Amino acid sequence: MLYRENGQFKTSYRADQQIFPIAQDRVVMALLLVFALAVVPLVMPEYFFRAVLIPFLILSLAALGLNILVGYCGQISLGTGAFMAVGAYAAYNFQVRIEGMPLIVSLLMGGVCATVVGVLFGIPSLRIKGLYLAVATLAAQFFIDWSFLRIKWFTNDSSSGSVSVAGMNVFGLPIDTPVQKYLFCLAFLIVFGLLAKNLVRGHIGREWMAIRDMDVAAAVIGIRPVYAKLSAFAVSSFIVGVAGALWGFVHLGSWEPAAFNIDRSFQLLFMVIIGGLGSIMGSFFGAAFIVVLPIVLDNLPYWFGIPIDTALAAHLTYMIFGALIVFFLIVEPHGLARLWSTAKEKLRLWPFPH
Amino acid sequence: MNRLKPIALTVALVAAHLATPALAQDKVQFFPSLTGRTGPVAPNATPFANGYADYMKLVNLRGGINGVKTLVEECETAYATDKGVECYERLKGKHGGATVFQPLSTGITFALTEKAPNDKVPLITSGYGRSDSADGGIFKWNFPLIGHYWVAGDTVLQHIAKKEGGWDKLKGKKIGVVYHDSPFGKELLPIMQERAAMHGFELLLLPVPAPGVEQKAIWLQVRQQRPDFVVMQTWGVMTPTAIKEAVATGYPREKMFGTWWSGAEPDLRDVGAAAKGYSAVMMQHGAEPQSTVVQDILSKVHGPGQGTGPKEEVGSVLYMRGVVGAMLAVEGVRAAQERFGKGKVMSGEQARWGYENLNLTQAKLDALGFKGVLRPVSTSCVDHMGSAWTRVHTWDGAKFTWASDWLQADEALIRPLVKNSAEKYAGEKKLTRRPPADCQS
Repeated sequence: MLYRENGQFKTSYRADQQIFPIAQDRVVMALLLVFALAVVPLVMPEYFFRAVLIPFLILSLAALGLNILVGYCGQISLGTGAFMAVGAYAAYNFQVRIEGMPLIVSLLMGGVCATVVGVLFGIPSLRIKGLYLAVATLAAQFFIDWSFLRIKWFTNDSSSGSVSVAGMNVFGLPIDTPVQKYLFCLAFLIVFGLLAKNLVRGHIGREWMAIRDMDVAAAVIGIRPVYAKLSAFAVSSFIVGVAGALWGFVHLGSWEPAAFNIDRSFQLLFMVIIGGLGSIMGSFFGAAFIVVLPIVLDNLPYWFGIPIDTALAAHLTYMIFGALIVFFLIVEPHGLARLWSTAKEKLRLWPFPH
Repeated sequence: MNRLKPIALTVALVAAHLATPALAQDKVQFFPSLTGRTGPVAPNATPFANGYADYMKLVNLRGGINGVKTLVEECETAYATDKGVECYERLKGKHGGATVFQPLSTGITFALTEKAPNDKVPLITSGYGRSDSADGGIFKWNFPLIGHYWVAGDTVLQHIAKKEGGWDKLKGKKIGVVYHDSPFGKELLPIMQERAAMHGFELLLLPVPAPGVEQKAIWLQVRQQRPDFVVMQTWGVMTPTAIKEAVATGYPREKMFGTWWSGAEPDLRDVGAAAKGYSAVMMQHGAEPQSTVVQDILSKVHGPGQGTGPKEEVGSVLYMRGVVGAMLAVEGVRAAQERFGKGKVMSGEQARWGYENLNLTQAKLDALGFKGVLRPVSTSCVDHMGSAWTRVHTWDGAKFTWASDWLQADEALIRPLVKNSAEKYAGEKKLTRRPPADCQS
């Protein structure tokens, strides 16, 4: 009833090519942005920012990056954690070694370094694909884990191998309080989300999808696989690298290579698969599912007043979480994003289904 | 969230078996407990959490901290840094604010070191965390009370040297260091390298990737290189794995020495008699089943069925470490009350003053039931460690027995190391050393 596009005519190409062609979507999106930018900072308690929202935003960004590679271009990667680590350590090195380096520039340079490494490890994708490629990117994970553990230069000769950053500011504004950190990450996510959405809608995104769907056919119609695959690796690693830098700088403040180990790669891959392959929206859903749900499950016994052993609560969380993953994958193999679009389809017809 | 707070508070009180919910109106001092009851360190971190909880119950049975009851709420970290950070954020504001955090993980300590000064919550990291945080002039909120890794490394080498008949006997020898390849393991290395350079022995570094169950390769190296001694900086499932590998390799257990996270009952029980002769340096206490405080816990807490874990583990090495950790946390608050008002609930900031001005004399320790367990601890603005004594115990096949007299870490060696490292940290973070006036705050 409310969600109906009757009478919304597009009379120009511009109007037809909008990201949100339906007026209601635009309104909801605008409201959501106002809510996220203006309301959330005022009402949420500190715990929410630090433990839920900031990790959610940063991991959404990383999932977005991975989704470009896995969802849009069809190149399975298990090296996401490694590319995050490259972003974080590179940004750290720019920050410590160059006096007066602006924070945003070091974060973006972290992304650039991740791009270089990502493209390097993307080269095998020109010859191999599918599971074989997954194993090749696994090599990136192990190699990069190893180098940040072993090569002291990367950690500025820290005796423990752990690095930390402090005194972050942008144009003189400090990034200290949870609200500032939240807004900082949100700004990154909005900009990158918009860029990614436009990339996948444009000719580059179509090339990626053509390669994903059938690379031989794509090559026949004139798409260069080398260019398409490597550009997907580049864009994906750039976003993932920036997300890694944010994870280290903004969320942890101090980190060791274990923060970006293979578990992180799997976690991100699950986010993309559960959220929805080849969907920008899906990246956010996936991140929300993987970040927020365990915390909620962990807290549920307390909220409902059931005194429960912490160890038992932790085990229960794992069990319920695992069961939910299986449930969602069976009910909707295309991820939460597909559930969302199905819901929207139903809403369009409501209340007169046919 | 706010609507749920009263419910959560009540539940926590009931969960902690702190008598009736009527207590909610009483004054409580909140001690959050970050536990590792699941994950790769569960066998070792569980007794710690149980000891921590039991001692807090004992404090309440003894009348609280000058009448203020203690309250413990746990949050499970599974030894993962990001979960630890989440737990910290969850607990730091609860029940009137956290008094002190004890993360029992070096990774979590590193992350919290960045956060604690903003939140004004002290951290006690007895025997782990940053070794350089013993320098209170730079690390205002960190307290590696009664020992850090460099104390462990120094005293374990002292013990080896003593057995060999002097430091000069170590010249030309080879010492293997099996360590967890993370900040936890690497923190030990500076002191080992310092001593190696001083006395002319060779170090064979043997890093093991987390969680530490993949050790075939490094024990093959031990078999090839035949180091004269092996020092282990291991934790959780990693220690029993190392000992089993050593048994399989045929490396003599008499030549293996653990630091204090590698020498507890869960590490050796599975191997049993085959591990006979293995020694580990202890942060003062070892297994103390005969101590007064353990007898008190057994009769007053476990007697009426209020105990947290199984009765058999009471008094074991890591259980005792939980008890000692809780005692230090409580005594800091007691010290703070001397200054800020007896019988009042201390804020984290006030408690910090207490930890910095801790003066646990032998008489006080004996009165608390720690006779023979601990030696006096006295901290100051400069020295956030307070005591650098250790002892070595040896596994006799079924339990630990003391194998050395008291050892003291060489302050002349460690103090400059701590200072240099702290200065380096301050330089990176653009911090300045606290002025003397700040010491009174």
